Amino acid sequence: MIRQYFISFTVVLASFLTLVIPVAGAAEETQYFPIASSRVGPYSAMGTGYYGAQIDYLNYINMNGGVNGVMLTWQECETEYNAVKTVECYQRLLEKDGQRIVVFDTLGTPGAYAVINRMAEDEVVLAQYGYGRTDAADGRVWPWVFNAASHYWSQIAVKMKFMAEQEGGIENMNGKKIVHLHIDSAYGREPLPAMRKIAQDWGVELVEISIPPPGLEQQSQWLQVRKEQPDWVTFWGAGSGMNSTGMTNAARVGFPRDRLIYVTFGAAEEDMFPAGDAATGTYAMANALPGDQFPLVNAIKEQVYGAGKGNLADESRIGSVYWNRGLGAAVMWIEAIKNAQEMHGKVGKAVTGAEFRDGYEALNMTNERLEEIGIMGMVAPFAISCENHEGAGKFAMMQWDGDKFVQVTDWEAPLEPAFIRQLVEDSAAKFAQENNITSKQCS
Amino acid sequence: MKSKPVILCYSRNDITNFVVLMILGFAIIPFIVPTDYWYTSILIPWLCLSLAAIGQQIVMGYAGQLALGAAGFMAAGAFALFNLELRLPFLPFPVALGIAGLIAAAFGIIFGLPSLRVRGIYLMVATLASQFFIIWMIDKFGWFKNYDTSGIITAQDIVIFNKPFTTPFEMYLVIMVVVTVLTIFAINMTRGRTGRNWMAVRDMDLAAESMGISLLKTKLQAFAISAFFCGVAGALFAFTYLKSMEPVAFDIKLSFRILFMVILGGLGTISGAFIGAAFILLFPVVLNTFGNEFFHGMIDATIISSIELVVFGVLIIVFMIYEPLGMAKLWENLKLRIRSKFSNRFGGEQKA
Repeated sequence: MIRQYFISFTVVLASFLTLVIPVAGAAEETQYFPIASSRVGPYSAMGTGYYGAQIDYLNYINMNGGVNGVMLTWQECETEYNAVKTVECYQRLLEKDGQRIVVFDTLGTPGAYAVINRMAEDEVVLAQYGYGRTDAADGRVWPWVFNAASHYWSQIAVKMKFMAEQEGGIENMNGKKIVHLHIDSAYGREPLPAMRKIAQDWGVELVEISIPPPGLEQQSQWLQVRKEQPDWVTFWGAGSGMNSTGMTNAARVGFPRDRLIYVTFGAAEEDMFPAGDAATGTYAMANALPGDQFPLVNAIKEQVYGAGKGNLADESRIGSVYWNRGLGAAVMWIEAIKNAQEMHGKVGKAVTGAEFRDGYEALNMTNERLEEIGIMGMVAPFAISCENHEGAGKFAMMQWDGDKFVQVTDWEAPLEPAFIRQLVEDSAAKFAQENNITSKQCS
Repeated sequence: MKSKPVILCYSRNDITNFVVLMILGFAIIPFIVPTDYWYTSILIPWLCLSLAAIGQQIVMGYAGQLALGAAGFMAAGAFALFNLELRLPFLPFPVALGIAGLIAAAFGIIFGLPSLRVRGIYLMVATLASQFFIIWMIDKFGWFKNYDTSGIITAQDIVIFNKPFTTPFEMYLVIMVVVTVLTIFAINMTRGRTGRNWMAVRDMDLAAESMGISLLKTKLQAFAISAFFCGVAGALFAFTYLKSMEPVAFDIKLSFRILFMVILGGLGTISGAFIGAAFILLFPVVLNTFGNEFFHGMIDATIISSIELVVFGVLIIVFMIYEPLGMAKLWENLKLRIRSKFSNRFGGEQKA
């Protein structure tokens, strides 16, 4: 009898032990990064481009001697843009060879929300590059979370400003109708608080129509749009399937594409091409402009792809919207590491999460600095501060000409940035109160 | 009033299994598992989903009702617990968890009603309503989410007797206790009169009815208890694993995964729920870790990610062909084989 228990016991124990991941290794001067990528599923175009660029840039830095000699390492984990899997990936990537990650980037609002409360405790920076929790722009309540490269509330405010300009001024907006056609998820609803307030102030009628995920069925919603006869439609979709379906349906109900404005996560070549001619004329927002004319993009193309170390399977996607956006995010990581090394006297050494956080908060990407790096014009110049974790808060409008995006406006801020900031602070204060968080003092 | 002491209902095998598992869960794992990763990413979700799989097992494996919508009941339990903690903060956590389960059970009864009229694959379609209705309801009415602008809310900390259970290890202990209690409860039910009734209905409902078993009562009971298990599992899943609540986390895909756990694990077995949950949950993690560790930088990462899905799919097919009765059956066979080998080798000598 005892033998039997012993056997079943050892089998269970052995199967457990074989699964335990060994934690060991020597500490070299390396800095370890997590790549929580989403390469399969409906959001694969986004994930392959964005995370591909991050890996390409890390490779590029390594090929040029690292960050003051510190070599960069990384480990990848597939999240499938799924919040549950993102939590698992976060835990799995958290530590490797005794070194902890300093930054985490989910490229997805659901994933960001799933890990956001772990950041302060684990001392990891959550870098939301133009997605995620908006009120994290208030650094006093969210010291560990950043949404630099501008959040959704600024984005919707810039869109409404663009509409007002097209209509010939805010006074002409009175009585106009906007349909917010969005995917029915937290991400789709994220801009609404700001949008409702602005619409109310301007006397604009706002109609909210939601599309259940994954958003490939939109016929009934577009019939509703046709019935409403709106002046503008703001389309808040995710994944190239949903985004291209939106434009083909707009064409079907005869809604003019130059009255249709896409969100940053529908503003990529991969979203436009599947819709074919139906896409021509559609407006889309950018927080990082596409194009391979930037010197850094060219350098990566020559050095990294020239050496056969490129991460993209299709080299023609270098310089596309998602790739450039990932590059913008990775540049911020490396600049933050440089800052952290200098601020804490650790030049040539790996930095900790807390040091990285200080370095990230001290980011000041002036036009001169952007020019040195070689991405001048690709992103709006910005600075981050203890209070303001949003960065520039600016967006550029692009229009699809059937083949590529054409930039139609310069980097534009909302009409009343202070108003958007007030919304952010109110929302953050509510969160702080509900969760008994004492706001950090920013001298 | 107990006519029989509880302990007498179990065979010695049951008791030894129980003791071994308890020692493993409460004494050995705390000592050999050092990293938070194992608690937060493997053990906690595994135990939560096992509990949900037991729920699915009850309604599908035992009562024979093809139901799909476990994730809906999980969402009901999770949001019920959130609102109970928010609005009735004086309730102790175990009580609130129980009430959350009961609320989910109430939904189970409502959505179990079609089972009285339709069966088989048609019932599956009818029960899908629970999945969509519950998620839609939570999304539609802001009250359930305390009017949060983003629609994703933070789960409160677990506090039992003024002691917060917030570290991964502490949360693991909470879940272990809940899972242990509910599993014993489930095993008891399936072996007792309730379970016999379920199986009678599963095997032939007409015959069961003619023997005096009330179909109405039995089927709804199965749905209610199943939803109770799913509700508790969902609440724990949100409060310990996700730590945030988003209705999208409880989508139809999760329902399907729980269904697959039960089918792969073995219909009509409680151990199958645990084995199936382990396979469906952990195998992709193992594959992904393996793929990224060994082929890091060698093969295009996009291809690795896709290959993982292919391998996982192939394995499911292989398992279903090799052992249609599920992995619990494989495990039984393995045990028998080892046992017979050992008794051949040593058993004879001992007796001689």
